[in-house]
Amino acid sequence: MSSTPPSTPKTAEDTAVGTARVKRGMAEQLKGGVIMDVVTPEQAKIAEDAGAVAVMALERVPADIRKDGGVARMSDPDMIEGIIEAVSIPVMAKSRIGHFVEAQVLQSLGVDYIDESEVLTPADEVNHSDKFAFTTPFVCGATNLGEALRRIAEGAAMIRSKGEAGTGNVVEAVRHLRQIKNEIARLRGFDNNELYAAAKDLRAPYELVKEVAELGKLPVVLFSAGGVATPADAALMRQLGAEGVFVGSGIFKSGDPAKRAAAIVKATTFYDDPKIVADASRNLGEAMVGINCDTLPESERYANRGW
Amino acid sequence: MTDTPVIGVLALQGDVREHLVALAAAGAAARPVRRPEELDDIDGLVVPGGESTTISKLAVLFGLLAPLRARVRDGLPVYGTCAGMILLADKILDPRSGQETIGGIDMIVRRNAFGRQNESFESAVDVKGIGGDPVEGVFIRAPWVESVGAAVDVLAEHEGHIVAVRQGDVLATSFHPELTGDHRVHALFVDMVRAKQAPRSL
Repeated sequence: MSSTPPSTPKTAEDTAVGTARVKRGMAEQLKGGVIMDVVTPEQAKIAEDAGAVAVMALERVPADIRKDGGVARMSDPDMIEGIIEAVSIPVMAKSRIGHFVEAQVLQSLGVDYIDESEVLTPADEVNHSDKFAFTTPFVCGATNLGEALRRIAEGAAMIRSKGEAGTGNVVEAVRHLRQIKNEIARLRGFDNNELYAAAKDLRAPYELVKEVAELGKLPVVLFSAGGVATPADAALMRQLGAEGVFVGSGIFKSGDPAKRAAAIVKATTFYDDPKIVADASRNLGEAMVGINCDTLPESERYANRGW
Repeated sequence: MTDTPVIGVLALQGDVREHLVALAAAGAAARPVRRPEELDDIDGLVVPGGESTTISKLAVLFGLLAPLRARVRDGLPVYGTCAGMILLADKILDPRSGQETIGGIDMIVRRNAFGRQNESFESAVDVKGIGGDPVEGVFIRAPWVESVGAAVDVLAEHEGHIVAVRQGDVLATSFHPELTGDHRVHALFVDMVRAKQAPRSL
């Protein structure tokens, strides 16, 4: 495997897979949508029928990973293949941070996106995987702009807030998204002299920092993840600037998953129309039981994983 | 001198922003549309890339499908990319249960025909009616056109598969010109919208 990203071909005889445009462009197609955690083919079908733009195939939703403890790893290939068979929307799956062999396995299974995720137990406490070495694109979590840009520098084609997965509490996702947006806004005001120091402070490559300062946004799609449990949560993240949302435990840990899933999809599309968000919020049955993030011990905060 | 055409981008889900940018660069006044009444004020419409099943479901849910079909039947110029191409097909070869289309082009499309994301690719594409260099084709889990009716003009093929078509005022591509910064396909569509506008401004 080579770490040099393939470039755009010039003639009709040449085709190139795994280019930056194909990887980042895939995430562009997911914008405005909801990506749902599922653990069985049946759940994947419910998610697809509810209007999910993609599903995240995993063995346990984050709330159960929290409850069960132990080491959380990549899911069983049989389970992932079962989900790929069950739906026609894209299927994502999680590898541990730095576990590039799990990522190789996921690529060989034909998943459409790999989430190098802090929700699983990290396999390497120094290095993330080299994501340019893969044809399959990667999404990675971030708590701030520097972290987002380091992941993009490693080849991530999509960024999501980390939030605090499996809590049903949106507070950390809000914190991370606001942090990323505020740091981008601050860069906009910098002149060229200041961007060098900014890159040093952000611990991110200067070229990427300059690109963000010029674009006023990340060069890849930015989603929100980690704690969304209600239609209003999803709309909140959209109004704060997320281009779409991941919902993990929030759907299948609730009383009526099909109904809640459809409601979150509606609220994500019409995030700026309170009447529609209100209608989507009616009569959904029980939401997942939440966890207060300030009572979580440091060791159980997934957002601290990754660097 | 014709008025600047107003072109809506169906903004239920997908790469709406990129189409708005490309349309503006091609000389149109571009705006997102999500509600039935917003269809009244547009001279043309783009159905973007995204997840065709999701867009179709949301269109039904929010009462857009019937008015969209009516406007297209009445001759509204429409351009669809990728998922948009699927939505403009009169028939899908392998629809998910209940997956509806707007229709407008007498063709059968095959969803994800070029494969999953690992098979997504870039290649240069010669498009009939677009001069100069070939268009940079970005194909993402892209559909192809399995077959077309007699009234459909095939504009481009890739490795023997139809990837761009036009029938009257309806245009569709399997690939995503909106992701490339090359706005010639959008310019072609803006010209189609202008041509349609012309009689009205006489």
